Amino acid sequence: MSVALITGASRGIGRAAAHRLAEQGYDLILHGHGAAGVAETAESLAGKYGVTVVAGSGDIADPQTSKALVRLAFENFKRLDALVVNAGTHAAGMLGMTGDDVIARLFAVNAAGAAYTLQNAVRLLARGENPAVVLTASVTGTQGAAGQAVYAASKAAVEGLTRSAAKELGPRGIRVNAVAPGFIATDMLDSLDEAGRAARIADTALGRLGTAEDVADVITFLLSTQARFVTGQIVGVDGGLTL
Amino acid sequence: MTELQRLRDAFRTALDLPADAPVDDLRYQDNEKWDSLAHMSLVATIEDEFAVMIDTDDVINMSSFTEAVRILGKYGVDVK
Repeated sequence: MSVALITGASRGIGRAAAHRLAEQGYDLILHGHGAAGVAETAESLAGKYGVTVVAGSGDIADPQTSKALVRLAFENFKRLDALVVNAGTHAAGMLGMTGDDVIARLFAVNAAGAAYTLQNAVRLLARGENPAVVLTASVTGTQGAAGQAVYAASKAAVEGLTRSAAKELGPRGIRVNAVAPGFIATDMLDSLDEAGRAARIADTALGRLGTAEDVADVITFLLSTQARFVTGQIVGVDGGLTL
Repeated sequence: MTELQRLRDAFRTALDLPADAPVDDLRYQDNEKWDSLAHMSLVATIEDEFAVMIDTDDVINMSSFTEAVRILGKYGVDVK
């Protein structure tokens, strides 16, 4: 039985990834910022798929949170085969209108939080079978987006982390990739107004917003042995937004 | 076998040292075999041997055999 840790699993892409992996028989450690949401997800997955699901909560910007999650993995399973570094936060605003606190928070969660999570999980992953990591980046990290400069910068950091970790951890048998979602219909798009959403759809070749499941399926693939020779890649899941 | 002997053996195994090599005075990077890569292997070997999960801060601070003894104490392993 394989074991996966997913951060940001109480909603959106993380929750969809948790469903997909549970469906495939993974035992899970799920993280959510708040205890109630992730506990509910854990309970429903355990009941539906008959897998063991352990829940942990806390601010992923605090390194103690990912330490505690990895400890949960160790105490419950003694191993970790897959890691989905998904916890993130979104804020939109023109550069001149973005406050210090927003800048600090975006980097603390999206960039530093991802680094803490990966750092703390590496040693347990090294004991796993076909260990693999998928981080959630963003199309904005490579393409940029007006009104999302700081968010884009924090996600560009995730890309750098992904590629560097792939080089560093490859010799230890750990693959590291990222998905770069385009515009996905999750809570994090709530900061865009209707006109903004319509404009994004118009820019997307497939003519719709993506779903969390669209992204979760690619995450699941990248974690699987079907992707055994894929590492250091930032895989766009954007319906052709970047074409 | 005592915890002290087990820890000594873990060091010898992870750092690829002879079975009778003295290790009690070893310090990180003083010995050519204890580099950053070997350090990760050493930590994994110690974790397996004593069934503990060592925090990243302690991994970074494990700069000598003596320090490893102290750190293991934090995890309930009394090395003596």
